[in-house]
Amino acid sequence: MVSDTGLIHPRWVRITHWVNAAAVITLATSGWRIYDASPFFPFAIPTQFTLGGWLGGAIQWHFAAMWVLAGNGVIYLAGNLISGRLGRKFFPWSPRACLADVLAALKGKLSHTDPSHYNMVQRAAYLFVMLDSVLLVLSGLVLWKSVQFPLLRTLLGGYEAARREHFLAMAALVAFVGVHLVMVALVPRTLLAMIRGR
Amino acid sequence: MRKNASRQLIVNGERLLEDALKDMGRHLEQPTRRAFLQRSLSLGGLSLLSGCSIVDESSVEEALMKVSRFNDKAQAWLFDPQRLAPTYPDSMITRPFPFNAYYDEDEIREVDEAAYRLEVTGLVADKRAWTLAELRAMPQADQITRHICVEGWSAIGKWGGVPFASFLRRVGADLSAKYVGFKCVDDYYTSIDMPTALHPQTLLTLTYDGQPLPPRYGFPMKLRMPTKLGYKNPKYIQAIFVTNTYPGGYWEDQGYNWFGGS
Repeated sequence: MVSDTGLIHPRWVRITHWVNAAAVITLATSGWRIYDASPFFPFAIPTQFTLGGWLGGAIQWHFAAMWVLAGNGVIYLAGNLISGRLGRKFFPWSPRACLADVLAALKGKLSHTDPSHYNMVQRAAYLFVMLDSVLLVLSGLVLWKSVQFPLLRTLLGGYEAARREHFLAMAALVAFVGVHLVMVALVPRTLLAMIRGR
Repeated sequence: MRKNASRQLIVNGERLLEDALKDMGRHLEQPTRRAFLQRSLSLGGLSLLSGCSIVDESSVEEALMKVSRFNDKAQAWLFDPQRLAPTYPDSMITRPFPFNAYYDEDEIREVDEAAYRLEVTGLVADKRAWTLAELRAMPQADQITRHICVEGWSAIGKWGGVPFASFLRRVGADLSAKYVGFKCVDDYYTSIDMPTALHPQTLLTLTYDGQPLPPRYGFPMKLRMPTKLGYKNPKYIQAIFVTNTYPGGYWEDQGYNWFGGS
């Protein structure tokens, strides 16, 4: 439901969205460079897609942008909880209803008339990406300070396991961004809504 | 498994060498700051910063350095002087333990034990130089801990030697000083904060896996700190000094984070 003012996304949601986008791009591209220093999968990321120029530069970008991602993420989550937006926009959610919306989407029958209303697939995707980002931050903490966070390190299965979890959580986030951009391309006014608010 | 590990070792070694050569080359060509700035901004396909002059490159570099100094403080604050790094059973030791330095294995320095003296200078009461025999006569400790490299890989090794805190007390070091610096036979240098120097697992290492430290792991001695990344753990130590003046480090001066803790 569009509110009386016609506002789809309040200003704080738009600001945190774009700050998050900048932080994620910086962290992903610098993170690829760090991964390339010692790949644990049988591939490296082509350096032209990476940020930092060398390992030391990439780490500086990564460990600067991490504060932006974490701080912005806390503001976003706190805003969602305090305003009640989390319960309003992302719940209720059920697997059955989500499956129904997936089928509707495949048949081309999923409505986009009200961009302030998230369908079940959007809810699932956005909730997933929130949890995935939390995992990215937690596994990142274990990589950065594995001695100082013993409980977290143990929960994530140790330092080497955390490296892989951090990478896979990154891959999931990048996959989300890919789908997200395709969806925006298909329904361009969602981009306007995230810029202008309506 | 072992085959894989040694293959990865070779890959790491090659990469280290490549990086080191690149870094040395850049050192010769231009001042470090300039080199760092170019490296930090080569964004490839997304070169929105280096491609246009809207953002002043040196101000971006300075901002990143400031954040790195802030991260030093954040890590010093997070560092718990009593919290121990995990230790492992003998069966988990990585064999062979990787060699790594800013040069390749064929450039490993061989130090003559008979002529070797460890220099101790700066804010210490006793500036007498030490022989290896004297260090071996001090109470020894050992540990099996994980070495984490700034590149991301890690390996478990077994080190033995003199707890560094007892060494610092023995030489009457000013324990309220800010830094302990290290100069190495291979021209490497680095420095650490005093709380880490006094950490119970910080070890002036004389042995590896029960044997005298082999040249490839830093004979005659290495400072082993499971609470810091590999580049903070100097090998082939020639001189130790206690100071309140920031000494920097070989990699740290090029942009690696100074605290480098884990």
